[in-house]
Amino acid sequence: MLVGSQKLSGRMKRSAIIGGILAALCVGGAAAAFALAWRPTIAAIDPPTPLSFDAGLVKRGRELAAIGNCGDCHTVRGARNFAGGLPVPTPFGTVYSSNITPDPETGIGRWSEAAFRRAMRSGVGRDGTHLYPTFPYDHFTNVSDEDDRALYAFLMTREPVRAPARENQLAFPLDYRVLIAGWKLLFLHRGSYRPDSTKSAEWNRGAYLVEGLAHCGACHTPRNALGAERASASFAGGDVDNWQAYPINAQSSSPVPWDAQALFSYLRDGWHPDHGTARGPMAQVVSNLSSAPSSDVRAIAVYMADVLGTPTPDRKRQGEAALAQAKSGAAPAPQADAVGASIYAAACASCHEGGRPPPYGGINLGLSTAIASPDPRNLANIVLSGVRPLEGERSPIMPGFAASMSDTQIAALLNFLRTRFGNQVPWNGVEKTVEDARRTQTVFLQTSAGPRNAPPDASQRDKP
Amino acid sequence: MMTLMINGLTHQLDADPDTPLLYVLRNDLKLNAAKFGCGLGQCGSCTVIVDGKAVLSCVTPLLLLEGKQVTTLEGLGTISEPAPIQRAFMEEQAAQCGYCIAGMMMRAQALLQKNSKPTDEEIRTELEQNLCRCGTHMRILRAVRRAARLMDTAELSPGNQGSVP
Amino acid sequence: MNAPVILDRRRVLMGGGALIVSFSLTAAFAQDQAAPVATPAPKPPGSLATTPYLDSWIRIDADGSITVFTGKAELGQGFKTAFQQIAAEELDAPFASLKVVTADTQLTANEGYTSGSHSMQDSGTAIQNVAAQVRGLLIAEAAKRLELPAENLRTEDGAVISPNGRRLSYGELVAADMLHVQAQANSRLKDPSTFKVMGQAVPRVDIPAKVTGGAAYVQDIRLPGMVHARIVRPPGYGAELIDCDTSTIEKMPGVVKVLRDGNFLAVVAGKEFLAVKAMNALAAAAKWKETARLPKQDDLANVLTKLPSQDSTIFERSNPAVVGRKTIEASYTRPYQSHGSIGPSCAVAQFTDGAMTVWTHTQGVYPDRQGIAQMLKMPPASVHLIHVEGSGCYGHNGADDAAADAALIAHAMPGVPVRVQWMREQEHAWEPYGPAMVTKLKASLDENGKIADWNFEVWSNTHSMRPGGAGCMLAAQHMAQPFAVPAAKPIPLPEGGGDRNAIPIYTFPNAHVVHHFIPEMPLRISAMRALGAYHNVFSIESFMDELAVAAGADPVEFRLRHLDDQRGREVIEKAALGFGWRKGQKAPSDRGFGFAFARYKNLAAYCAVASEVEVNRETGRPRLVRAVAAVDSGQVVNPDGLINQIEGAIVQSMSWTLYESVTFDDTRITSIDWQTYPILRFDAVPDSIDVQIINRPGQPFLGSGETGQGPAAASIANAIADATGKRLRNLPLTRKRIKDAIDA
Repeated sequence: MLVGSQKLSGRMKRSAIIGGILAALCVGGAAAAFALAWRPTIAAIDPPTPLSFDAGLVKRGRELAAIGNCGDCHTVRGARNFAGGLPVPTPFGTVYSSNITPDPETGIGRWSEAAFRRAMRSGVGRDGTHLYPTFPYDHFTNVSDEDDRALYAFLMTREPVRAPARENQLAFPLDYRVLIAGWKLLFLHRGSYRPDSTKSAEWNRGAYLVEGLAHCGACHTPRNALGAERASASFAGGDVDNWQAYPINAQSSSPVPWDAQALFSYLRDGWHPDHGTARGPMAQVVSNLSSAPSSDVRAIAVYMADVLGTPTPDRKRQGEAALAQAKSGAAPAPQADAVGASIYAAACASCHEGGRPPPYGGINLGLSTAIASPDPRNLANIVLSGVRPLEGERSPIMPGFAASMSDTQIAALLNFLRTRFGNQVPWNGVEKTVEDARRTQTVFLQTSAGPRNAPPDASQRDKP
Repeated sequence: MMTLMINGLTHQLDADPDTPLLYVLRNDLKLNAAKFGCGLGQCGSCTVIVDGKAVLSCVTPLLLLEGKQVTTLEGLGTISEPAPIQRAFMEEQAAQCGYCIAGMMMRAQALLQKNSKPTDEEIRTELEQNLCRCGTHMRILRAVRRAARLMDTAELSPGNQGSVP
Repeated sequence: MNAPVILDRRRVLMGGGALIVSFSLTAAFAQDQAAPVATPAPKPPGSLATTPYLDSWIRIDADGSITVFTGKAELGQGFKTAFQQIAAEELDAPFASLKVVTADTQLTANEGYTSGSHSMQDSGTAIQNVAAQVRGLLIAEAAKRLELPAENLRTEDGAVISPNGRRLSYGELVAADMLHVQAQANSRLKDPSTFKVMGQAVPRVDIPAKVTGGAAYVQDIRLPGMVHARIVRPPGYGAELIDCDTSTIEKMPGVVKVLRDGNFLAVVAGKEFLAVKAMNALAAAAKWKETARLPKQDDLANVLTKLPSQDSTIFERSNPAVVGRKTIEASYTRPYQSHGSIGPSCAVAQFTDGAMTVWTHTQGVYPDRQGIAQMLKMPPASVHLIHVEGSGCYGHNGADDAAADAALIAHAMPGVPVRVQWMREQEHAWEPYGPAMVTKLKASLDENGKIADWNFEVWSNTHSMRPGGAGCMLAAQHMAQPFAVPAAKPIPLPEGGGDRNAIPIYTFPNAHVVHHFIPEMPLRISAMRALGAYHNVFSIESFMDELAVAAGADPVEFRLRHLDDQRGREVIEKAALGFGWRKGQKAPSDRGFGFAFARYKNLAAYCAVASEVEVNRETGRPRLVRAVAAVDSGQVVNPDGLINQIEGAIVQSMSWTLYESVTFDDTRITSIDWQTYPILRFDAVPDSIDVQIINRPGQPFLGSGETGQGPAAASIANAIADATGKRLRNLPLTRKRIKDAIDA
């Protein structure tokens, strides 16, 4: 399972971002930082009428917005589209996403295209204020002018919603936006994507999207102490709201190595027979990609397959063995936790060994990345909360076991699964992981459409 | 032999530990309320309460239940002395075929035990796991709201709670 | 009223009429078939026409307890309570002193199937008339005993009371075969203004058991020594069992028997879960040969319209003087849809001393008995079917098949009660679906914005393959000596099947309606709530809105412009008023208003539905916000029961309309559970549904169990069109289809 989402990347970055700002303060000194930070206001415009935008451009913008997952952060679950207000809680306070509907007073209705482009490029609002890097302009800076134009056209033709920005709740001195300039100085590398002429056009298209608008690294790349993605560990796995965003480079722990075709169908359909179903924050990403042009999804798959690299002969062999075992259904049962084994046999096997292919039959657990991963959190999350149905759509359902299994029972099950199917060293401290997961996780597993009259501070996202 | 606590009584059961609770309730204990709907944890008609939480008895093997308290609809009240949730469903006439209703009531009961004044959204979100095919949803929602009020009143008069033992 | 007086054992006189006393001395309650009736004219009402004896319907014991018998099956519609109200009212007996016995081949009348919203019309009407006539008989008997004129006597609380207060209870008055007389054509029914029980929202009699864990369903039957069976069905239609080594399964713990009869495969165990485990093992051991014979799902409309069909013009009206100026046309489709009962089908059977007893939730105990008897080569009289409620079925689901399964297995295990319950996947994969349909409409508007001509064509299979013979039941089809599926027959008008509600209720100067009946059935199909009316009303009422748009007219006003039926007009007006419908109004942003109307079968209840739907323009997600319905089902017996039915119809139809379609590949059904056949969950339940009743005291009961399906569907579709400006014509109106339409 891949896990990723840009909103969550913001949460993940919380402490690091703040650290970065403090560092910038120290580096430059307050006065210098202020000089560095100043940006002019870009003149307000009269909101353009929706009809002034070319329909083709709007359509292109819609597809790009799906790839960029814009609605995910800028829409509170169940509330008005793109009206912002989604809270991103941090230990230092809360940042709220902004209203990007064309409402002239509370949205971006008075933003010119230049103002929009500047925000994407360098994280500056129309009035010259610096935007918190919860908005991933460290990636969006790579987006071409042409694509920014399409995105702008798309957003400016949305339904305007009057929804004033919610006040961020940040402690002094972090409520001073000028400090963000320091963070940018260190970590924002402005500029458009530069193609690699040694690679195919498709690869380049994929790289452009992945590094830019799709901002995959925001979740899948670990961050340094100052909250920036570690260039040296690109796609080596990240941490998102108590989910692990899996490594999607050579360190990938999927039992069967990924290739471009598998990535394509996974990203497009949300599942793949050899890899299972996208869950957690990644569920939203694949849902959006299902409405993006297949050529773009294929390009992303081609590029990511290259990032994942050609598997070593050893890894390839292991993958083939895992597949063969999954197909034959027979596997030698190694010595394993007896309690866990009986729980598995009674509660899990009827679906996971039912012979029905995914996404509806439950993946053969010998193919599960969650079990093969060094980090047991994702498995704990799934066992606790299951997989809930999408409103009115064909989608996998798995009952959650939070109410019927104790932490000890789940830990026993997880340990059994790791030994039985993981072919890996045992996990440590699984019971603690389960305890933590039970405390924090349930809400993020919601994949169903949200309550309609959701309270304004709902932290869940809209789906579908 | 398994020992289970069901509706406040201890039962010795001649059943394999991998048997889903539902079959034991229906066949060994002859309790009708929990229903077989899908056997897959997709529809909620088998919902019972285990240690205060709504649990799908069709995917809950006995071996998970050692030392836990199981409550079924029969454990809440009877025709002559209905629990608040049962009174509420009768008063709202919240059933058509009624096959899903026992499961609905148990999930609602579990919700009301931990949240005595749920919002309409909280009720809907909680009941989302349970399917009804007759389209009795509007009445079910009304019945749960009524049950909340009845339980509130019942709390004032002790000994009339009808909640889990 | 002036039928000849035939005297036999006793003469009973009442008023100016006469009662035809039966020659029959058979057990009073065995009604194997309707006895031939000496043709009285006119025909008595409702099911009395076929089952004329009063004691087939009502029996009064010496202790005063009253039992009402109906050949219809309670399916959760609540009519058991309504029948009890009707009988209590016309008998003047306390509601609680009555008991209603439902479909049982040894106890009740043969009323065929419980279907087509006929229960109130057929059985309810019969019971009402019988109760009135029984009351008359009791008064006559009292008059005789008291030597007083009958006109001086009145009834109250289960007794006849004389002017001086003398009280003769019904129990005292009733004699052995006093009620074993044929009904008269006419009854002295009570004046509706005096009703005390009818018209009241009497609480349903079945609900207390259902909410306290009482035994309420066939699934709850536990007989001494009962065993549990599970079936292993073929993986797809027409698959043949080539090989199955049952020896290991027979040795599994708890397994009592493995039964193989051709392609019919079953396992029996003492404990239910062991039967399930053994079923899984047996399924794994079975090797099948499958045939690719299912049509291409993506191309269903084409496939259907290209199949051979029997075409008939079912309605024609012509007025060459009226000529259309502006013509529009459209085609609408409906996929196969599933009944989707929450509880899989179940039955219990026991074969003892050459007699078979089956407890079943079939909708037709007599026809189902016929099929089972044929399958087992037994005389029908040796087969006893007892209806026990199951999970709601909304038509012909797996109930009859499960009954046949249980009977076939029990037949092989004499003396042992056998309980069969289907698994979820089996119910979804094997139930007979509501048929896929295609309609093509074309109409012209005249210069005044009125419809000048109307053309409607519908392509459909039959809508009933209910058992009447063994060939309709899976077990009999799968046996080594199989019974062939009988040829499909269309259900004749005026009720119709695929053409149910195909004839517009509106008055158009020129109209032409064609039914293309398709005998070949690519998927197993049968009756599903409202039959063809669901899609025909969806089509007609969607198209009426398309025409209203073309005419620049308000949808409600446009309908009224074409409707002469006064009761229909009142229903439309009431729903519009209740909704707050205003001409030229605009729904709030991202929302739309929709309206639709129909009279079910053009002869049952009237229903209009106004709805407000919200559409998320980015995701396409539709949400029914609220609906207001008005219904006229004649004399109302239980208003709350009627509201419950209409509420349910709207909610269920919304689920069909927005979400549901059966899926398949070329060999197998692939929608086999709630993952693959999603239905409404609570997150999409509307904020409110308001059902308003127009009561018609003294008017005949009009069936209302299905009247809401079509109007609800079209009302929602019209609201989506209003919200998005896009017309969706292919059911279901999914989020994806709406999004694609918005983005297009």
